[in-house]
Amino acid sequence: MFNLKINNIDVTVEEGSTILNAAEKIGIKIPTLCHMSLDCFDVENRTGSCRICVVEVANRPNLAPACCTPVVEGMEVKTNSIRAINARRTMLDLLLSDHPKECLTCAKNGNCSLQDLAAEMDLHHVMYEGAMSKYEIDLASEAIVRDLNKCIMCRRCETACNTMQTVGILTGANRGFEAVVSPASGKSLTETKCVFCGQCVSACPVGALSEMNYKYDVWRAINDESKTVVVQTAPAVRVAIGEELGLEAGEIATGKMVTALRMLGFDKVFDTDFAADLTIMEETHELIERVKANENLPILTSCCPGWVKFFEHQFPELIYMPSTAKSPQQMFGAITKSYYAEKIGKKPEDIVVVSVMPCLAKKYEASRPEFAPNGVRDVDIAISTRELGDMIKEAGIQFSKLDDSEYDNPLGESTGAAVIFGASGGVLEAALRTAADWLTNEDLKDIDFEAVRGLEGSKEATVNVAGLDLKVAVVSGLGNARKLLERIKNGESEYHAIEIMACPGGCLNGGGQPYIHEDTSILEKRKEAIYREDSGKEIRKSHENPYIKQLYSEFLTEPGSPLAHKLLHTKYEARENV
Amino acid sequence: MIKDANGLIDYTEALKNQSSSELKLYVSMGTCGIAAGTTPVLNKIYQTIEEKNLKDIIDVVEVGCMGLCHSEPCICLENKETNEKVYYGNLSEEQVVQILEAKFDTELAGAKVLNKTWNTPEDEEISDQIQTRIVLRNSGVINPEKIEDYVMRDGYKALAKALTEMKPAGVVSEIELSGLRGRGGGGFPTGRKWQFAASQDADQKYLICNADEGDPGAFMDRAVLEGDPHSVLEAMVIAGYGIGADKGYIYIRAEYPLAIKRLEIAIAQAEELGFLGENILGSGFNFTIELKYGAGAFVCGEETALIHSIEGKRGEPTFKPPFPAISGLWGKPTIVNNVETFANVAAIIRNGADWFKSIGTEGSPGTKVFALAGKINKVGLVEVPMGTVLRDIIYGLGHGIVDGREFKAVQTGGPSGGCIKADKLDTPIDYESLKALGSMMGSGGMIVMDEDDCMVDIAKFFLDFTLEESCGKCTPCRIGNTRLHELLEDICSGNGTMETIEKLKTLSAAIKDTALCGLGQTSPNPVISTLNNFYDEYMQHVDRKKCPAGVCTKLVSYTINDKCVGCTLCARNCPVSCISGERKELHHIDQSKCIKCGVCYTACKFHAIDRT
Repeated sequence: MFNLKINNIDVTVEEGSTILNAAEKIGIKIPTLCHMSLDCFDVENRTGSCRICVVEVANRPNLAPACCTPVVEGMEVKTNSIRAINARRTMLDLLLSDHPKECLTCAKNGNCSLQDLAAEMDLHHVMYEGAMSKYEIDLASEAIVRDLNKCIMCRRCETACNTMQTVGILTGANRGFEAVVSPASGKSLTETKCVFCGQCVSACPVGALSEMNYKYDVWRAINDESKTVVVQTAPAVRVAIGEELGLEAGEIATGKMVTALRMLGFDKVFDTDFAADLTIMEETHELIERVKANENLPILTSCCPGWVKFFEHQFPELIYMPSTAKSPQQMFGAITKSYYAEKIGKKPEDIVVVSVMPCLAKKYEASRPEFAPNGVRDVDIAISTRELGDMIKEAGIQFSKLDDSEYDNPLGESTGAAVIFGASGGVLEAALRTAADWLTNEDLKDIDFEAVRGLEGSKEATVNVAGLDLKVAVVSGLGNARKLLERIKNGESEYHAIEIMACPGGCLNGGGQPYIHEDTSILEKRKEAIYREDSGKEIRKSHENPYIKQLYSEFLTEPGSPLAHKLLHTKYEARENV
Repeated sequence: MIKDANGLIDYTEALKNQSSSELKLYVSMGTCGIAAGTTPVLNKIYQTIEEKNLKDIIDVVEVGCMGLCHSEPCICLENKETNEKVYYGNLSEEQVVQILEAKFDTELAGAKVLNKTWNTPEDEEISDQIQTRIVLRNSGVINPEKIEDYVMRDGYKALAKALTEMKPAGVVSEIELSGLRGRGGGGFPTGRKWQFAASQDADQKYLICNADEGDPGAFMDRAVLEGDPHSVLEAMVIAGYGIGADKGYIYIRAEYPLAIKRLEIAIAQAEELGFLGENILGSGFNFTIELKYGAGAFVCGEETALIHSIEGKRGEPTFKPPFPAISGLWGKPTIVNNVETFANVAAIIRNGADWFKSIGTEGSPGTKVFALAGKINKVGLVEVPMGTVLRDIIYGLGHGIVDGREFKAVQTGGPSGGCIKADKLDTPIDYESLKALGSMMGSGGMIVMDEDDCMVDIAKFFLDFTLEESCGKCTPCRIGNTRLHELLEDICSGNGTMETIEKLKTLSAAIKDTALCGLGQTSPNPVISTLNNFYDEYMQHVDRKKCPAGVCTKLVSYTINDKCVGCTLCARNCPVSCISGERKELHHIDQSKCIKCGVCYTACKFHAIDRT
């Protein structure tokens, strides 16, 4: 333990703590910008590059960045000396002098740390105006917009992409004033192995990275008389949307959200959870087949488009391992434009499928050519939780005052197994619930597989089902996925089934979710809400969903049938590792 | 392969006993010499020796830089019997023949004879020469591509002494006692740095030689590597032994091809003789050296950036602590020392800490190599004891200012240093005194300026360099220096106000106080020191909108006085045709069109054009 004084207040902290940690302990918030700490994932951006957090330390010739200066015994720190205040204001001034001050029209308006700092420090004008960076905005991808004119070189995106996700496409480029974070050789994201997980967007404290915005396309579709517009909502959206609209984190907003979607003007409000149940039917069928034949094991889940793109680029030799089942989003689209279209007597091109996703990679997934049979996309527009929140606000809907309502049928009914797709471990738990029943031919009651729940990056369990020891693992975060995949490649793993999600913690922490601003306790609350929703459901196993049963009996016949294969399965392609 | 210390003694004796010719002819084959045309001179020497059949009397030694850059191509003729040496400079091929024929009859030779201005305390009696060569002792004396030449000059003797007579801790403490300080600029005590790494308990430690010399106008390290590469290799093995590292890297900029070539040769020779590799001199100690090439980024001279560059990452500094001595290359304890620092080590081990401390000042023992450049008569490389006064260097060694002009300032410490005024010329220089003058030792660049240099423009020039070379990582360096540069540009173009001056001051102070690495923290130094020392000149720009040195073109105006005879030469040469006037009548410059190029000023033969 070290004893030090901050602004003449005594504080004792553990060895290895920074001045920032110590100040926090006595209730002093030193402003930061480049520093990012996601404690529950053990991720820290500690570049010390913005210099906003500089403080005065006795007997030190220059100011010290609080975020990365370790405390030592007897240290005397002044956070609010005039020297420190002036330096901080100058740093902010300099950052603003090279930052487009277009806050009112910025995608991160209201979610920008630089904006907050300017307000907190009450900077009235920029003293050091001068030349500004000029970059073309990268609009090439379906998912992520890069506006480097707003980049402040905090490198948080780099830490998210390279350290946490190990996708590794972002790097500091150029020198001096031209320095910027970018893929190598100034490439657009579409020319790289970017998986569009969107963790960089969540990490970016300013508007340099944001999602590609499709709200207006949705408004146009809703207002097009000739189209039937159906919406599907992903499992993790219902436990997070409330944060955008005045509810407490962790409040389940399913019923209010359905009401709001109707008020927005969607013709049918359906649920991706229905398709999640369908995914379990197909994926579990595949799992059992592979286990019985003892081949192509382990089976890897394939619901997450970020993860899918990751292995296509970086582990093409394992391309036979993931389940061929499409993701719930795409299954929903395919069923809507076939089964449901037939039911309501519409042509697929006259139906617009809008999906609300916690994810940015879903925008990319929906645009993959194999998901547009005859040129008609199964999912026409994918928007994020944040975008839906914005639409509800724009429509003037007082969300917190809304009554609950139910999803429409037939594609709105779902089970507890489906809702847990939103948390890391949920897909595997849902599959185990069904697999256990199918293998034992019983209706098992003990269906909570606690070992695979939680925000930890890597979990594993051995589950005895009908005398069979199923070894399963769950990883979330692509950095954790890489470690496991390397083990698989080296023949060091003996798992039967593995769930992999690109985002740490799973979809509840997706790149399209409301920004948590490093407050990871919010993720814990979302997770609890998801399992609360599950345990409150009458039906908690996918194969017991009555509308799923109906879908098979009326249309698909059985899991793994030729029609199921045509509509609900896909294949993967090896992509360049650049 | 030399098996042990005795083997080295025998080998050295055998080399010394070899018969040599009556005369030795040293030919300066460093990059500076080659660039100035030494190669044809050398060819002519070989040709003449062949033709005149002088092979038995003259040995030709191709050496590195002698430090006489102002007089390249140059050679030195030595009489082995009398030890008499004559230096010839600015040689032509024709003169070579005469010199070889005349031998020591310098008048007959008709070539320019140069004075030797240095003393090498290891080899000669102390004299009153201004220069004292420890680092450059072998440079210009031995053939850097022949390990035998180095060994004959007591090369690898220090290594043998360290490995056989000293414990690792003894090596570290000897360096610590010597007071040797880092010559790369920071001046941190080398022995103490080694001590940090030596006290680390680690399975692997690394040693890095920083040869990423990047200051504009600095070429000390290049001269050492080209002229005496083994001195660095020997020191690295000694340091490795001291701190417990068995792997060394030399991080050298790829723009130094000759230094790289000579290092490669030297490493191969040292490996062959057993000074590098396994069980060196039978001691059981192993050490290998690998070259790593830098891509020319100035910031990679900063030790953490350098380490990242070797690791294959973007060359940008990271926050210290942890210091590399604790956690450096690949997370292992790593010592980074500069070329010149290493070049002192063998001499210290050979002669002892007390000997080293007898040279230089108490706080800064030893010598420092400076690269003299700018408006000075004798541009070149000099090595002086710490504490030498600036005047002795600039006037004694550099022979004063070109064309007898007035000395205005000297910039030391490269782009991170500051400008020192004439009234401080009698300051004895060491790390502390330069810092007190608002400058720094830096790596040893010394750029001399005269009355034609505008100090605002000079500050802008150095900042230009920093802007180009900043890695752009931290806010103050990336944006702050850009804004500083813009403020200077405002002043130079006549848009400066008192507010601009105030902003320059406060922003410079903020950058110094907040930047992440040494490059950023020192980048405003040229601005601060010129503001402090040449405030009047700034005020002339701001108040009167005039540049006294006539450098800032936007503040200069050209007018024609009544000395004009109407020859029309100026009008005919003016690129924008803004000069009018009839033949034989007074001409006139249209100020609204004048681009201030100065062509008329140069063209006029009657001093009829005033520049104000």
